[in-house]
Amino acid sequence: MTTFLSVVVLLPIAALVWSSGKHGWHAFWTVVSEPEAVAALKLSLGAAVIISVINAVVGTITAWVLVRDDFVGKSLMNAVIDLPFALPTIVGGLTLLTLYGPQSPIGVNIAFTRTAIILALLFETLPFVVRTVQPVLLELDLEAEEAARSLGAREARIFRSIILPNILPGILSGVALAFARAIGEIGAIVLISGNLPFKTEVAAVFVFNHIQSGDENGAAAVAVVMLVFAFLLLLTIGGLRYLATRHERDA
Amino acid sequence: MRRYGLRGIAVFYLLAVLLGPLAMVFYRAFDNGLHPLWASLTDTNTIHAFNLTLEITAIAVPINTVFGVVCALAIVRQRFPGAGIVNALVDLPLALSPVVVGLMLFLLYGRTGWFGGWLSHHGIQVLFATPAMVIATIFVSLPFVAREVVPTLRELGDEQEQAAHTLGASGWQTFWRITLPSIRWAVIYGVVLTTARCLGEYGAVAVVSGHIEGRTETATLRVQDYYENFNTTGAYGIAIVLAAISVLVLLAMTLLKPKEAV
Amino acid sequence: MSIEVRNVSKRFGSFQALDDVSLDVGGGSLTALLGPSGSGKSTLLRIIAGLEQPDTGSIHLAGEDATGVAPQQRGVGFVFQHYAAFKHMTVRDNVAFGLKIRKRPKDEIRARVDELLSLVQLTGFGHRYPSQLSGGQRQRMALARALAPEPHVLLLDEPFGALDARVRAELRVWLRRLHEETHTTTVFVTHDQEEAMEVADSVVVMNEGHIEQVAGPRELYDAPANDFVMRFVGEAITFDGELVRPHDLELVLDADEWTREALVARVVHLGFDVRAELVGDDGAPFTVQLTRDEAERLELVPGEIVFVRQKRARQLA
Repeated sequence: MTTFLSVVVLLPIAALVWSSGKHGWHAFWTVVSEPEAVAALKLSLGAAVIISVINAVVGTITAWVLVRDDFVGKSLMNAVIDLPFALPTIVGGLTLLTLYGPQSPIGVNIAFTRTAIILALLFETLPFVVRTVQPVLLELDLEAEEAARSLGAREARIFRSIILPNILPGILSGVALAFARAIGEIGAIVLISGNLPFKTEVAAVFVFNHIQSGDENGAAAVAVVMLVFAFLLLLTIGGLRYLATRHERDA
Repeated sequence: MRRYGLRGIAVFYLLAVLLGPLAMVFYRAFDNGLHPLWASLTDTNTIHAFNLTLEITAIAVPINTVFGVVCALAIVRQRFPGAGIVNALVDLPLALSPVVVGLMLFLLYGRTGWFGGWLSHHGIQVLFATPAMVIATIFVSLPFVAREVVPTLRELGDEQEQAAHTLGASGWQTFWRITLPSIRWAVIYGVVLTTARCLGEYGAVAVVSGHIEGRTETATLRVQDYYENFNTTGAYGIAIVLAAISVLVLLAMTLLKPKEAV
Repeated sequence: MSIEVRNVSKRFGSFQALDDVSLDVGGGSLTALLGPSGSGKSTLLRIIAGLEQPDTGSIHLAGEDATGVAPQQRGVGFVFQHYAAFKHMTVRDNVAFGLKIRKRPKDEIRARVDELLSLVQLTGFGHRYPSQLSGGQRQRMALARALAPEPHVLLLDEPFGALDARVRAELRVWLRRLHEETHTTTVFVTHDQEEAMEVADSVVVMNEGHIEQVAGPRELYDAPANDFVMRFVGEAITFDGELVRPHDLELVLDADEWTREALVARVVHLGFDVRAELVGDDGAPFTVQLTRDEAERLELVPGEIVFVRQKRARQLA
């Protein structure tokens, strides 16, 4: 098992790190600080931040509705949430293009814009926060809320002081996963964004284009930055998981 | 009042971002009539693309299933140093961009790569051929079975296995008769997720495949190919086939999903 | 089959679970390992089973060194506190497991399973799944399962701990009867001294990784080796600097050289018996057990001052 893991995961990582560093730190820095690379990274990061915020809000609302509310079609809605996990990313991008692209039936054409990127990322990251918050909401002690109510607290206050602190680790985990996904996404973006350098070229597309054009160094440099981010996000998620279960361990 | 508001937001969001666009694709696919749609779908290269996708999936899924179960057992049952690192490494494909994965393999198996020289010397074609695509797909779909099995194994505890030992069962007998049946639903769910990921893989295979029509194009790459060559009907056609498969996958996921009732 | 434990020590991290423990368990006996949590009794049992390895020392089964032998080869049957039922198998398949592993012929397996189900009074439940059984039934199934491959030793780890009081009482009687029928060397772990006294021939009292005393129930009660055993097995009160049993104290109305003063705090009527809760002249509370008649004779009332002495005190000159 360890050999398999080493060959499949560690070896490729080693190759990437070595390749980007083989000409030294200075060379690496030059490539990474090239305007196009910086623009691509900034775009990816910026987009990731935006979708994280949106997901945190809408994802929590959706999870809330799924757990606390009851209506016809709720189980259908619950099932549909996982669709982005089941659908190929390129199909996801294509579906968005159909409704919000050049031949949009509702007259909304955002193809080749940054909005398109945001939309594509929202599609792909939709399930993350919902699925991390749902189980936490299910486990909440309703009696604590009832106690607060009997003490005179209003709903908004109850949410802020009692519910939110408990679901926050769940929200943050989902956000971290969505963030990681957003930085690396390519399939959903590649058709709808137009991949215009400095405008709608995300980091992943930058890497792809530079591999195609033979600029392995440029590609590797940006790829390493993305790799570092991926590791940091994994650490964050792991840390959040540790924090979330801290209460159980202290008990 | 607030309840309807929240419900409305959630439903609207889902319709706008998810369901609306999906419905649109099914609608648009039939825009030019059935015939062009059928022609695009039965085009030789398209059929080859579907076959290639299925072939790669058929290789990657069993490999990752075995790996996932073995890995989960090691992480949960064996207290070895570095279990945390293994756990993190297994999760890495979830956080990493598929394009970066493709690049890594490119650097390993490309002509100027680490193994490139040795491979071309022996006449083995990895990059721009099926082997690279299989490796890429294995990498990106690595975590799913392991991630599903680990929590189930943890929750199960090892008392049943201890009992089996006292009753005379060897390690293998215990695994086969006790452990595996106990985790089977987690494994199946993991396999469903893995399969979905393999079928939908784009970024990594896009880098390592070379996009060679009729040879190294998977169904997902073919969608892009059709679209960029303005054959929107063809693109939508493949898309709805893939979407239909995804809906089946989604059904399987919903039915097999562990606990967490709504 | 006899069991010899020789100088066994085991530590988990910084916790010393067993410290140089030695014990002899006679073949065919029914022994209880009794002690509070953390005393090491479960650890010792698991080491005998081969589910844990001792850091030092050895285990001998029927005279042969079994220390390095895997649990599969030791011929021990083990029953867990939480049953460890094979949830995905029926009751029959659970019980048959050990026999299937040993590749016994199907007819033999079927007959033996029927025999065992009848022994544990689960006939007719064979096709059910563990989740469809009550706790008591699950534990009986676990026992049948452990007995199926005819082990030389039967080990039970707090077997009735997860069950409610009445079921526990029934199963205790039942375990005793089972042992009388099968005569398999049986060792069980419990923290309930009543259970140990009621069921076992021999009780091993353990505390903090050591064995305090090994004796039959009567001897344990009448001649405890130290204060710990006295306090753990049965009730003990400190009187005049020693530990005595509540029923060794008597209340009288007149003082003499052996009595101490005490204040009656509460008089509790428990059916035929009366329990008097008193506060001694040193401020420490204690109880004395009396019959209803004795209590009436003394006219015990809360707030009254009475005199307490040990019953046999007068014999000591």
